[in-house]
Amino acid sequence: MTQTPHISVKDLNVQIGDNHLLKNININIPDKCITSIIGPSGCGKTTLLKSLNRLLDDIPDVQISGSVLVDGEDIYGPKTEVTHIRKKMGLLAQRPFPLPMSIYDNIAYGPRIHGIRGKTELNRLVEHYLKAVGLWEEVKHRLHGPASALSIGQQQRLCLARGLAVEPEIILGDESTSALDPISTKTIEDLLIKLKENYTIVLVTHILRQARRVSDYIIFVYMGQIIEFGPTEEVLLNPKEELTKDYVKGFIS
Amino acid sequence: MRRRKIEEFIFKGLMIASTVVVGLSLFLIIGTVVVKGLPYLNWDMLTKTPDGGYYFGRSGGVLNAIIGSVYIAGGATVLGMIISLPVSIYLNIYLKKENRFARLAKLSFDVLFGIPSIVYGAFAFSLMVYLGVRASLLGGVIAVTLLVIPIMVRTLDEVIIQVPKELKEAVLSLGTTRWEMAKIYFRQIRAGLLTAVLLAFGRGVGDVAAVMFTAGFSDNIPTSLNEPAATLPLAIFFQLSSPIPEVQGRAYASALILSIFILIIVTLSTLLTNKRRKNS
Ligand SMILES: Nc1ncnc2c1ncn2[C@@H]1O[C@H](COP(=O)(O)OP(=O)(O)O)[C@@H](O)[C@H]1O
Ligand SMILES: [Mg+2]
Repeated sequence: MTQTPHISVKDLNVQIGDNHLLKNININIPDKCITSIIGPSGCGKTTLLKSLNRLLDDIPDVQISGSVLVDGEDIYGPKTEVTHIRKKMGLLAQRPFPLPMSIYDNIAYGPRIHGIRGKTELNRLVEHYLKAVGLWEEVKHRLHGPASALSIGQQQRLCLARGLAVEPEIILGDESTSALDPISTKTIEDLLIKLKENYTIVLVTHILRQARRVSDYIIFVYMGQIIEFGPTEEVLLNPKEELTKDYVKGFIS
Repeated sequence: MRRRKIEEFIFKGLMIASTVVVGLSLFLIIGTVVVKGLPYLNWDMLTKTPDGGYYFGRSGGVLNAIIGSVYIAGGATVLGMIISLPVSIYLNIYLKKENRFARLAKLSFDVLFGIPSIVYGAFAFSLMVYLGVRASLLGGVIAVTLLVIPIMVRTLDEVIIQVPKELKEAVLSLGTTRWEMAKIYFRQIRAGLLTAVLLAFGRGVGDVAAVMFTAGFSDNIPTSLNEPAATLPLAIFFQLSSPIPEVQGRAYASALILSIFILIIVTLSTLLTNKRRKNS
């Protein structure tokens, strides 16, 4: 790998009850690139993504071993502050979940809880991040209207802007376009491609064409194991493993 | 084919029959109250306390009971909310779902929910004896608070469960603490919170057994927590026990007042619930 890794997963195992969901995951996720996690449904893509953000913590009976290093710091380390880890990573879920407040407050929420109080500074941040997701022109006249009144596509961009406003280094997306129409999907994809200049992006997707369009690297997961990892073209066009071949050709789904 | 048709026919018949039974009894109850109470319902009933000899047919009204009921149910609702909200937020947000303590606590609330209100009355009464509190507004508030806490915790539980897990994850991903998380939940469940308040208030206003020994009864509007307070259900009970037709009629008028009260509360909470459904 020529790229320096931003996230390093070492011997990660995740078990929920008797269910061994992730088995010996070892992966270096490259800095300032888009890495897509692909694989059949139920193979553990979401679980892998959430393990990077410690969102598995609250699941009953979960056992996690191994380590996930972000900038060299083990996020599962005993001294690690979970809020600090999560602040570094923005999450874009399958469907948008705006906070029950105004458009403005949705963006200002993150900066506020992390200690930014000044009105002018907040105004600046709100404008900046709404512009970053191309939403500013559409909503600048109704910043104080409820976020729930936006269209689903707009809400998803709002959620992206909300995540960016806490200044993460990493963006995690879990099938973030699956609830969107084709045009909104394209908008989000273009945004992510633009954002990778400054962020490390990890996306879960079950759409191979999307993985091909947006990602630099691909992780193929099958039954809780990483089967193949490599540059997009290589994995999709010239896979080394039989299982990957079958999946890419549509034999496994 | 024939068998399925007959089955369908029988079940449809049963469904219609039970709907009719429920509708008819509701109609009969409300009808009785209206027919017997309406002739006696007048402005004095609502705005005056009982004059001397009221219970023998002299002039006056049940304002003492209306105010007493509002005080007791209102005080209990406020106190109950102050206790229930932190409890359900703690159980649902701070503890994991499978936590043994959380499960035990929820089971206890379910059991408490099913206990008849007379037991709360008896418990509050023995507590009052122990503490040296006389039958009073305070006693009534304590008993009804105990009664409404399980109702509130359960209602809040249902409301909190409806908050999507993904919203929780989205908010946590911004680096929030649990307390900040709780505040987001609070905003998200505002409408449900009101439903819980209205349900609890409605139950508190209509319950008789909890206040029977604990609140006492008085013809005056209480001016302090230590004074006994009348309640509408007890006022109905006392007036109905009278052999004098005039007083019995007033019992139905009081029942009418209470029913209208409850009707307003139920309507409000239904409207709120529908609004919540639409919004989510
Ligand atoms: N909270 C949970 N408790 C138990 N099993 C779970 C939980 N979440 C996911 N699983 C199981 O883990 C497996 C992988 O799930 P997931 O990571 O969501 O798959 P994917 O995102 O690839 O479709 C599935 O078999 C699912 O049933
Ligand atoms: Mg998934």
